[in-house]
Amino acid sequence: MSRAYTRFLLGKALPHFWCPGCGNGIVLAAIARALAAAGLSPTEVVVVTGIGCWGKADDYLNVNAFHGTHGRALPIATGIKVNRPELTVLALMGDGDCATIGGNHLLHAARRNVGVKAIVVNNFNYGMTGGQYSSTTPGGKATSTSPFGNPEEGLDIARVAEAAGANYVARSTVYHAAQVEAYIREAISAPGFGLVEVASTCPTYFGRLNGMRTATDMMKWLRDVAASLNAARDLSEEERRRRIVIGKFCDRRAPDFNQRYEAIRRVARESGFNPGVVNIGR
Amino acid sequence: MARKRVSVTIDPRLCKKCGICVEFCPKDVLGPGRDGVPAVLSPESCTACRLCELRCPDFAILVEEAEDGERT
Ligand SMILES: Cc1ncc(C[n+]2csc(CCOP(=O)(O)OP(=O)(O)O)c2C)c(N)n1
Ligand code: SF4
Ligand code: SF4
Ligand code: SF4
Repeated sequence: MSRAYTRFLLGKALPHFWCPGCGNGIVLAAIARALAAAGLSPTEVVVVTGIGCWGKADDYLNVNAFHGTHGRALPIATGIKVNRPELTVLALMGDGDCATIGGNHLLHAARRNVGVKAIVVNNFNYGMTGGQYSSTTPGGKATSTSPFGNPEEGLDIARVAEAAGANYVARSTVYHAAQVEAYIREAISAPGFGLVEVASTCPTYFGRLNGMRTATDMMKWLRDVAASLNAARDLSEEERRRRIVIGKFCDRRAPDFNQRYEAIRRVARESGFNPGVVNIGR
Repeated sequence: MARKRVSVTIDPRLCKKCGICVEFCPKDVLGPGRDGVPAVLSPESCTACRLCELRCPDFAILVEEAEDGERT
C-alpha cells in the first residue's frame, strides 16, 4: 500500500474491522483517492459519521473527525460547515443513518443546500446490529426482521435528495469503484449539498439472507442489477423499481446556504437595522 | 517508449480472502493461492487496468508499472 492517497489513511489501523468482502473498504479507498486528487491536505478535511459499520470509517481516515450519534451526522456536519465554510466536510452515513433514523435531516440538509458532502453507503440493511431491514431494503428482500420478505418498498435516497433541492446527486455501486471515486471528486468540487450514494455489499447479512453466499455473488448482483440513467429511461416503472439506477442525477451549481446567508446579512447591515434596539415584545 | 513492466503484489497481512480480485480480473492474472490468499499466476497478461486494486476492500493489492530495466 503505497500511493499518494495513503496520506489520508491511518495505515496503522489496518486491517479494518469490516467483514471479508464488505464494500465499505472500497468506498473508503475511493474517498481517500478523491481527497488526494482534489489536492486537499488532511487538515482541511472533516469527516462526520453516524453509527454503524460504515460509521466506523473515521477510525481509518487521517483527517479531522467527529464520531457522532446514529442518524445525526448531517446536523453536526451542518454546524461545522456553516462556521468553517473553507473546510471540506464529509458526512459518512449508512442507509440506516442517512435515510431511516436520519431521514428528516437528509431532507433539510438538501433543501438548505448546505455545502456538506454526504457519502452514503447503502447496503440495504442495518449491518452493525444484525441485518435488520432499513428504509432502503427493497420490497420482497429478506432481512433478519423480514425473513419471509420485506412487505415495504425501499426508499430511493438519490431521488429524494434531488427532489429536496440538493445541488449534486449521483449514485453508483462498489462494483463500479472508479465511478464512485469520480463522483466523490465532483461532489467535493461542486458548491452546496452533495450526495453520493453507493450501493454496496453486506455479504454477512443481506447477501447471505438473499441467496448470495459470497462477496463475489453480491458484486455480480450489483453489476447485473445496475442500470445507467440512459438505459433506465427505456424501462417500465415496474422494471425500474427492480434495478439500481446509477449515474449523475443533478449538478445544479446554485449558490449554497453560506453564500445566501451572507448575502442576506449584507442587506440587513446596509439597511441600518440594529438588532440591539429590537423590542422582542412580551 | 520502453515497454512497461507491471508488478502486482498482494499483502497477505491485509488480504481477507474475499475472492473479489480473482473473480473480476479481466485477464485471469490472479488465481487461488496458498491459504486462500490470491496468487499472481500470469503477471505477463496483466494490462495494469488496476480494477483489482480499486475493488479490493482491504488495501491489499498494489499494481505498479515500471519502465523495463527499472526495479518495481
Ligand atoms: C439512537 C440510536 N438508535 C439505534 C441505535 C442502534 N444502531 C446502531 S447502528 C444501527 C443501524 C446501522 O445501519 P446503517 O446505518 O445502515 O449502517 P451499517 O451498519 O449497515 O453500515 C442501529 C439501529 C443507536 N446506536 N442509536
Ligand atoms: S455486517 Fe455487513 S456492513 Fe457490517 S462489516 Fe459485515 S459485511 Fe460490512
Ligand atoms: S480483493 Fe483484496 S482482500 Fe479480497 S482476496 Fe483479493 S487481495 Fe484479498
Ligand atoms: S491490474 Fe487488471 S489485469 Fe492486472 S491483475 Fe489487476 S485486474 Fe487483472
